[in-house]
This record gives sequence, structure tokens and C-alpha cells, in this order.
Amino acid sequence: MSIFPPKEKIWFNEPVEKAEVLWVGIALVWALIMFAMMPLWHLKGSQNMSNEAYRIQPDAYQAKVDAFVEKFKVGEEGKAKTPVVHPPAGSDVYLQARLWEWYPVLELEQGKSYRLHLSSLDWLHGFSLQPANINLEVHPGIDEVVTITPTTSGEFGIICNEYCGIGHHTMLGKIRVLAGK
Amino acid sequence: MVAKPVFRTCGVTGLKIHDKAELLIKFNAVTAVVVLAVGGFFGLLVALTRWPSVHLLPADMFYLALTAHGIDILIVWCIFFEVALMYFASAVLLGSRLATPKMGWVAYGLMVLGAAITNWKVLEGNSSVMMTSYVPMQADPLFYVGLILFAVGALIACFIFLGTLVVAKAEKCYEGSIPLVTFGALVACIIAVYTIASGAIILIPTFLWSVGLISHIDPLMYKVVWWGMGHSSQQINVAAHIAVWYAIAAIVFGAKPLSEKVSRMAYLTYIFFLQIASAHHLLVEPGLSSSYKIFNTSYGMYLAVLGSMIHGLTVPGCIEAAQRKKGFNKGLFEWLRKAPWGNPAFSGMFLSLILFGFLGGISGVTMGVEQINIMIHNTIYVPGHFHGTVAVGTTLAFMALCFFLVPVLFRRELFLPGLAKLQPYLFGLGMGVFSLFMMGAGTLGVSRRHWDMAFSDAPHAFSYPPAAYLMMGIVGVSAVVAFVGGAIFVVVMVGTILFGKPMVTQPAAAAPSSPPPVASYGSADTFSVPGTFTLAMLFLTMFVLYYFVNWKYLASTWLLS
Ligand code: HEM
Ligand SMILES: [Cu+2]
Ligand SMILES: [Cu+2]
Repeated sequence: MSIFPPKEKIWFNEPVEKAEVLWVGIALVWALIMFAMMPLWHLKGSQNMSNEAYRIQPDAYQAKVDAFVEKFKVGEEGKAKTPVVHPPAGSDVYLQARLWEWYPVLELEQGKSYRLHLSSLDWLHGFSLQPANINLEVHPGIDEVVTITPTTSGEFGIICNEYCGIGHHTMLGKIRVLAGK
Repeated sequence: MVAKPVFRTCGVTGLKIHDKAELLIKFNAVTAVVVLAVGGFFGLLVALTRWPSVHLLPADMFYLALTAHGIDILIVWCIFFEVALMYFASAVLLGSRLATPKMGWVAYGLMVLGAAITNWKVLEGNSSVMMTSYVPMQADPLFYVGLILFAVGALIACFIFLGTLVVAKAEKCYEGSIPLVTFGALVACIIAVYTIASGAIILIPTFLWSVGLISHIDPLMYKVVWWGMGHSSQQINVAAHIAVWYAIAAIVFGAKPLSEKVSRMAYLTYIFFLQIASAHHLLVEPGLSSSYKIFNTSYGMYLAVLGSMIHGLTVPGCIEAAQRKKGFNKGLFEWLRKAPWGNPAFSGMFLSLILFGFLGGISGVTMGVEQINIMIHNTIYVPGHFHGTVAVGTTLAFMALCFFLVPVLFRRELFLPGLAKLQPYLFGLGMGVFSLFMMGAGTLGVSRRHWDMAFSDAPHAFSYPPAAYLMMGIVGVSAVVAFVGGAIFVVVMVGTILFGKPMVTQPAAAAPSSPPPVASYGSADTFSVPGTFTLAMLFLTMFVLYYFVNWKYLASTWLLS
């Protein structure tokens, strides 16, 4: 029994059951298939984590965001009068997280690619784009660059999904995607 | 040793029990159950708040209760019980004396003190940082002190376990290799030592930072090291509850492992590979390379997943073999149909096995894929997954063992045996539905650790689809069912200890007393566990389908690189 010592003094010398060997074989094949899927998706798939990130001081990041907003601002929106920014396709786009706001509101075009920068000025935040369901962690001191291409249009919420204190559930931003031709 | 250790022979199992070990096991297990009650109550409050039409607590109390729930139930309940389990698997199963029982009390004292301090700080309201306490969010310094004291206590307990193994060997309490269950506990213990080391590496500097002696802790570095602890502590749970599965199979059915070698090799894969896999918590973190993430999150090419899949076959397999030897040989599943479903030790264990595999296991491997995690990270899918592992797997397995162990140790009959029979079904199925619908809501993007899915106070508007609200409602209802199941467990345990009839013969729930080992080996040379093999293939089919459905779903979202 499993609660008594095995019969052989050295357990390694115990015999093995056939059904088990078969199952180990099957499971091993499955394990290797699963392992292969990840590098394969890097080669063939279109949804991959970016490996581009830089160290940056929060105030330096904020300065970049401010310049970006200044340059491409087209309006204001929401209770906090958050600026709405419409950057050209293919450009560098900045999104800033801080307690408890996403800044600014972005207006993108469907089917175009953007280099989206994400960073926080204070604590950790979670970039959760819904309903596209893309979830990325946002750190203070790290400028993460993700190349994104919206494939659907409409209004998207950016929910903070990394707990960041008492105002966490009010931290909601917005991305608007204008339908392509 | 001045005084000779005192032993009694258990009337039910025939095991030799060292009185000092027994007392320590009782204290650690009872403390665990009390903490489970407290932590479960916080869980209920949290669940009732996430149920949109109830929305019980105000925001600050919600985050406080969630922090308390995570710490009490995940850390304190599990580890207290595992300490009891380690003492049981060493001293009792080997019929040995416990090494340095005095240090056992020191460990116990430190753990109680640490847990109390951390709880005090959380309940005070200035440490609602969640159990992960990610920097730069800061808790009260004593919050970290409490956790560190608790960990030191647990570390001492690990060394007592190791010491007892040495004593048992030296005093020739057994011959040859240690039993499989003890082997499993040893694996859990080795992982625990590693875990606590990682915990010390990160929590001690964080404490120094909280009192101002260190100026800065890098948030990314914190997460990497913290998950060295947070992740491996879950492997302690897995190793421990698998040992419990084997133990219950042996106690209830007299089952022998199909083969000692395969089961133990599967355990060894945990030591070699499970350890490294902290990256599955860090898959969408900036600044870590994909190649590191891929190797790490796959537990070294999924070899540790392989270990779990092996246990998934060998545990029910040894039960099937034992049942078939007893003549339950008809068709594929007579052995299972005729199993003692009214014995909560068995039904709890078997539900734990099935639900852990199908809910916790499949979802865990799938969401641990580097790219698929993009759709899942920090959504409520994640708590859905881990209630499928640690609540319905580990906790239910531990509960099942208690139905056997508490009557035996306290020599009392089970209190309210009728309710006890229902308990695994209420808790197991309640938690199962709860997990499943949290996963469902997570797929629709509902966030974890979030007070207001309606975003009433946000600067912009956003609404989840009605299905998400419906699912969160089902989550609330099933949480209540699970809570009732958990409460019954606590009532039965406390009732047994306080009011249970002193046992004359056998405990109501316990199994046939020490049946003769069923056969020399689980099953002879034939292919004789067809039922289990069918179940395993069913499992694999579900796994493969679910895995690829998620890739397909991923392919439908925005392009990202
Ligand atoms: C009656 C039983 C239980 C209920 C009703 C319950 C309910 C919940 C709910 C609703 C959440 C929060 C989800 C969120 O908003 O993020 C949660 C989180 C959690 N639960 Fe449970 N739970 C129960 C039992 C357990 C058990 C037995 C364990 C582990 C042994 C456990 C471990 C956790 C952990 C670790 C968290 C995460 C806390 C965090 O995010 O920091 N729960 N639980
Ligand atoms: Cu935030
Ligand atoms: Cu947040």
C-alpha cells in the first residue's frame, strides 16, 4: 500500500505497469506538441508579446506623452475632459497610466499599425483592452513598445486590471477605432 | 533524549503513534481548520460583492476582505495543514518518534504569531495590498514581519520532518524505501524549503524598504523573485494533495500504487521542473524575453505537466486495480460505480482528483501558454483557474483526509455523519461551478480584484455584455453553495472533536481496518485498468480540444507584436 514501504528495498527496482508506460508515452508526445506551439506561433502567428522595452524615468515618459498629446490632440472627452488624440497611422503612440487614469484617449484606424508605448508614472497597472481582451502589465520605469493593429472598430474600454489601490475600479480609459474604408 | 518516547497503537489502523507527534498534528490541523473557517468567510464576503446584484461590501472593505481571504486561506490554511501532514507522513506512517517535538512547538508558535500579526495589520485597514503585495504599493512594516515569522515557523517544521526521516532510518523503524505517501510529503518539503528561501530573499528587503532602510525596490525584480515563492508554494500544495490522494486510496481500498517506480518518477519531475515555472505569472510583463518565458512557463518542455498527468492516471488506476481484485470487474466502470460514494473521505478525494484535472489542470496549462495568456492575464479567469486547483483540488483533498484522520486521532466518532456525507458534493460541486463560471466571465474580459464591473465612477463609460453579468451572478450563487459545504466541514470537524462519541470500535467514516494488501502489485501483467485508461483518454481529448480552441480564439483578436 502507498502508506507502507514498497516491497523492493530500492524503489527504483520496482516493476512497471504497461498501461502506465503507454500513458507516459502519449502524454510526452502531447507535452512536446504543446511546447512546440509557442515558438511556432512566434514564427507564424500574429499575436505575440513584444520583446521591445526600455528603462525610462517616469517624468521623462510623462514629457513624451505631453508632447504627443500637444501634437495630435483633436478634442476632449469624458467626465475628466481627457484629451482625445488622433495620431497618424504607423506612428509612435503613447499611453500613460497613473493613479487612477489612462491618458489620453486614443483614436486609431482599423487595419493600420501603431507602435503603442505603455508605461506607468507610479504603481503597477494593468492594460486590459475590452472587448478585444488584450491584457498587458504596465510598469513604472519601463517603456514597453507593442506594435498593434486593430482589426475591429468601435469603442474599446481600457480597464485597469492590476490592483492599484482604492480607486482601482474607477481607472477606465478609452480607445476609439475608426472603421477602415 | 532523556524520557523514552511514548507510543500508542491505533485501534483503527494498527499504526504506532508517538504521543508528542500526535499532539502536534492535532494542534496544527485544528488551527488550520479554524483559519479555513475565517478565510472562507472572507471569501464569501468577496464573492457576495462580486455578485453584481448583491454587491455587498463597500470598496475599501472589499479590497481588505480580498487581501485577508488570499492570505488566510492560501497561505495560512494550506501550510498549517501541510505541517500536520508532514508530521503524519513521517512520524505516524513510519512508526517513528518525531524529531525534536519542542522545536515543533516553536514552529507552531511562530506560525500562529506571524499569521496573527499579518491579519491584525490587514484588518486594521492600512495593508490592503493583496497577498501578492506588489511594490511600490506599500503595506505596514508589520505586515511583512508577520509573513516572515510565519515562513520561519514553516521552515522549522520542514526541518523537523527531515529530521524525523533521519531518526526513523537510524532507529530502523522501517526497511528499504519510505512509503510513497511519505515520499510525496518529502517532495513537498523540498519544494517548501526552496519556496521559503525565495520568500526570504524578497520579503526581507521589502520589509527594510517599508521602514525606509532601502530606498527603492524594482517592481519587475520584485515580481520575478516573489513568484519564485508564490509559484512554488502552489507546487507544495500539489505535491501534498497528491500524497493525500494516494493515502486515501490506500486507506479506503487498500490500494497499492500500480507501480512505485512510475509514481515516484512523476514526483521527481516536480522537483526538477516545477520549481522553475514562475514565469507563467509574468508572461505579459515588459522587459522579460520570450525565450525565457517559453522555457520557463512550460516547466521545462512540460515535463512537470507530464508528472501531473501521470499521477492523474496512477491514482485512479490503483483504485481500479484494487476494486477489480475485489471482484468489481463488470464492464469498464463497475469499480467506480460501486465505490463507497457515501464515505466523504473517498467522495471528497475522488471529486478533488477529477475536478483538479479537468478544471484546474486543463485551464492552468492553457493559460500558461505565453501567447494565450494575453487573453487571460488578470481577468477573473485566473481566480477561476486557481479555485479549480487549490480550492477544489488541494482543499477538498485535505478535507477528505480529515474525515478519516480526525476521528482516528481524537478517537471520536464523526459528528453528524449524514451531513458529512453531503459535504464533498456541496463544496466540490459548488466550487466547481464557481470556478467554471469565473473562467467564463474572464473570457469576456471581466477583471479580477475589481470592485465595480459597472464602472459607475469612471471618467468614461464601458459595459460588459449581459452574459458577463449573468455569469458573475452564477458565480455568486455557487459561492454560497460552496460556502455552505465549507461550513459543514468546519461544523463536523469541530463537533467531532468537542462532542463526538468516544470511539469504541471504528470511526463511522473510516475504512475497513488495515485490509491485507490487495496483491503484490497493483495489477499483474495484464492491461487491467481499462476504466482509468478510458477516463484518461477522455481527459486528453478535452485537453487537446480546449487548448486549440483557445489558440483559435487568440487568432481572432487584434494583431500584436
Ligand atoms: C467558500 C469558499 C470560497 C469562496 C466563496 C471564494 C471566493 C473567492 C472570490 C470571489 C475571490 C475573488 C476574485 C477576485 O475578485 O479577484 C477569491 C479569491 C481568491 N481565493 Fe477564494 N474562495 C473560496 C475558497 C478558497 C479556497 C479554499 C482557497 C485556497 C485554498 C481560495 C484562494 C483564493 C485566492 C488565493 C484568491 C486570490 C486573492 C487575490 O486576488 O489576492 N479561495 N475567492
Ligand atoms: Cu491602475
Ligand atoms: Cu488598477
